[in-house]
Amino acid sequence: MASENLTSSEYIKHHLTNLTYGKFPEGHEHAGHWGFAHSGQDAADMGFWAINVDSMLFSVGLGVLFLWLFRKAARTATADVPGGWQNFVEWIVEFIDDNVRGSFSGKNPLVAPLALTLFIWIFLMNLMDLIPVDHIPWLAGLLGVGHLKIVPSTDPNITFGLALPVFLLVLFYSVKMKGLGGFFGELAFHPFPKWMAPVNLVLEGVTLLARPISHSLRLFGNMYAGEMIFILIAMMYSGGIAIAAFGGLLQLGWAIFHILIITLQAFIFMVLTIVYLDMACATDH
Amino acid sequence: MENALFYIAGGLMMGLGALGAAVGIGILGGRFLEGAARQPELIPMLRTQFFIVMGLVDAVPMIAVGIAMYVMFAVAA
Repeated sequence: MASENLTSSEYIKHHLTNLTYGKFPEGHEHAGHWGFAHSGQDAADMGFWAINVDSMLFSVGLGVLFLWLFRKAARTATADVPGGWQNFVEWIVEFIDDNVRGSFSGKNPLVAPLALTLFIWIFLMNLMDLIPVDHIPWLAGLLGVGHLKIVPSTDPNITFGLALPVFLLVLFYSVKMKGLGGFFGELAFHPFPKWMAPVNLVLEGVTLLARPISHSLRLFGNMYAGEMIFILIAMMYSGGIAIAAFGGLLQLGWAIFHILIITLQAFIFMVLTIVYLDMACATDH
Repeated sequence: MENALFYIAGGLMMGLGALGAAVGIGILGGRFLEGAARQPELIPMLRTQFFIVMGLVDAVPMIAVGIAMYVMFAVAA
């Protein structure tokens, strides 16, 4: 436990607060200055121009780690007997390639690299969930950092940041492949005949706009729920030796189940990206 | 006393979410077994698709569980 004199709800809220950097609002004791928020309330008051430093740090860091690891495999690749890491990377690349070939009907050089990046990056971000919830925030606490959330995908800003570019790509390819008229026609004339165009437009518009929202909230919700359960289990460690031992068992069980969830959610995010782009590029309607 | 409503809300979220997911995954698993029994050579492909759809079905109740836990342990406590 981070500290003994926290109530359970304070403990949970502490763990679910991002390290936010922004400008303090009017009426605050540091009004007008830029700095780190001291509480969740501070972070909420900072409004739009605040940044979650921990999410950015860990997501960009993991992205760099992914690029470095895969670049290393590509540079040291040999036609001789490949090493373990090269085998692993080849296996992942083939797996992604199979999936893209299976669900993407057109020809596009962007889709497979995008799918690979999304899959590995989201997998790495989700993997941070398996690090016990108290360790890194405790280390950061020793360094004087009050709040730290180490799983970037439990931050809706990050998952929306992943889903929005995909949505923009969908719009771009829809317009590029079908033309503005074709794209509009697909939205307006689709489920019902032409004279009901306004109804069609509302229906298809909602479908279109719901996609990035469900796309990102699915990842966020799963990771948030998983993190929440880890935190609740971690609270059992303060409840005597028998409950703590039971909590350890639960933690192990949930972590093993969570390995399935984190991989599955990264995979689903990738598959949905491919499917959405395929729908955007398909011209035979 | 007003805290009781938080617990009822959490219970409803988990229960109704589980209800929908149970029906959905039940049908999904049944169809998967049916398909696998008819055409065993398609099992690898079917399993992949099964997991994709299971992830899609599973997401909403998992989100409900997370929010319900938050309501019960962080908001109400």
